[in-house]
Amino acid sequence: MRLVTAVIKPFKLDEVRAALTAFGVQGLTVSQSSGYGRQRGHTEVYRGAEYTVDLVPKVRLEVLVDDDDLDDVVEVIVRAARTGKIGDGKVWSIPVETVIRVRTGERGQEAL
Amino acid sequence: MDINAGDTAWLLASSALVLLMTPGLAFFYGGLTRAKSTLNMMMMSFITIGIVSILWALYGFTLAFGAAGTASATSPDPSNGLWGHLSWDGLATAATTTFGAQGDQVPTIVFAAFQLMFAIITPALISGSIADRTKFISWSIFATIWTTIVYFPVAHWVFDSGTDGSGGGWLANWGVEDFAGGTAVHINAGAAALALCLVLGKRIGFRKDPMRPHNVPFVLLGAGLLWFGWFGFNAGSALAANNLAGIAFMNTQVATAAALCAWLIVEKIRDGRPTSVGAASGAVAGLVAITPACAFLTPLTSILLGLIAGSVCALAVGLKYKLGYDDSLDVIGVHLVGGIIGCLYLGFFSTDEINPAATNGLFFGGGGTLLGKQAVAALSVFAYSFTVAFILGWIITKTIGFRISSDAEVEGIDLNEHSETAYEFDTQSSTGAIPSGQLTGRDGAKDQATSEGDGG
Repeated sequence: MRLVTAVIKPFKLDEVRAALTAFGVQGLTVSQSSGYGRQRGHTEVYRGAEYTVDLVPKVRLEVLVDDDDLDDVVEVIVRAARTGKIGDGKVWSIPVETVIRVRTGERGQEAL
Repeated sequence: MDINAGDTAWLLASSALVLLMTPGLAFFYGGLTRAKSTLNMMMMSFITIGIVSILWALYGFTLAFGAAGTASATSPDPSNGLWGHLSWDGLATAATTTFGAQGDQVPTIVFAAFQLMFAIITPALISGSIADRTKFISWSIFATIWTTIVYFPVAHWVFDSGTDGSGGGWLANWGVEDFAGGTAVHINAGAAALALCLVLGKRIGFRKDPMRPHNVPFVLLGAGLLWFGWFGFNAGSALAANNLAGIAFMNTQVATAAALCAWLIVEKIRDGRPTSVGAASGAVAGLVAITPACAFLTPLTSILLGLIAGSVCALAVGLKYKLGYDDSLDVIGVHLVGGIIGCLYLGFFSTDEINPAATNGLFFGGGGTLLGKQAVAALSVFAYSFTVAFILGWIITKTIGFRISSDAEVEGIDLNEHSETAYEFDTQSSTGAIPSGQLTGRDGAKDQATSEGDGG
């Protein structure tokens, strides 16, 4: 099993979620986050004083997937989240040792 | 009592309008500060409502307006050119006498209520220059003393034209034009704001840390409330529901609109984008500048005044970075500069075409006399208010201290001065998933028992 983590533009969340649901992903976790990548931050001006905002708001999305589905899920996320402009975000995955469904105690693939 | 019901009704409504400006100012300032100090910022305005209202009933009204409207009861008026008199009658005389010209008489106590609202907002305006770092008790003491020894006398200088030719303030007697408080309110507050931000020093991280306005919608809400209330401030200062009130009303509107546009044009040219904070600030700058002038200009010269005030103030707010004083929310750039512009502008554009009581300015055939008087008025109010505020601020600093500790300032003044925070940033608690705290202090155990009993 794998944990796929994607950091994407907040307004792309709905498209990504819909694409994942269409693919058959049963659940995901979303959190608000902030950070910067190669695009760095942006500047804001208040009464003529310019401020550099280093951390840009992002959405962090986490999905647990079966090893076989990994490439497809990553591809679904990347395709749905892409605008082609700088700041689209990143997707990565890490191996997961075990998953347990709290309600039933099911382990491994059954718990996905 | 032979009173004019229409005038009295308008003055009562205006008084309520002007009171609303102080909460409006609290929102304007509160939105401009960082999230960790927004409650303290708003409290510095709200406390002036509490303090000044009491001072006004105790001695403020008579100190500012002497025997206004009570000449028959206490003639001759014991006031002099610098201050009114201390009657200590707790507004009892005002409650039984009338004020104003024959035919436009209102109960003196209504006039006193109206003028009280001006006395409330003036010290509140000062607080913007000392955001994030001022001990609340010290601010309260400062507001009490400054209002007593600066605002009340200066209001007398400018607003009290005396009774039966005696007892008026020296600027009013001399023929200085200030319809609703460009000198007594805005230059006065702006000068004190400059003095205090010099005495207190800069915020920790000034010009280094980002100090972004934390809630721009609050700033726009506050500007809207100020604008609304300002019709009471300016049109109400006619002290009658008449043509002059209408002129003041319309001039206030067009000058403010012009200043809003002018500020945005400056931003568009200088920074590339017009901003919401700029729109709100431009409106306030226009309101400030038209305040002394609203009954003495034509609507067209009011628009010109708005354009000048909006663009000059938009540039003036950058001065603090060049000169190195931390006027946190630009009280000087907006109120002092805007007040001076409005005050001096009258020297050029004041005209009796629109108000027979007006003195003609330089461009309307009146020569330079009025301009000279306006300049003297602006300068004397500035000098008096700055000097007293500086000395008073210095004394408070040396005795009980005027600034909070640097730890408290960094952590947030709301938490350290008021034991409150404006916002619940723990998003989980709003879903009820994880309770973010529990009652521990006074009544904590009792409340817990009650909520358990309710099944909560």
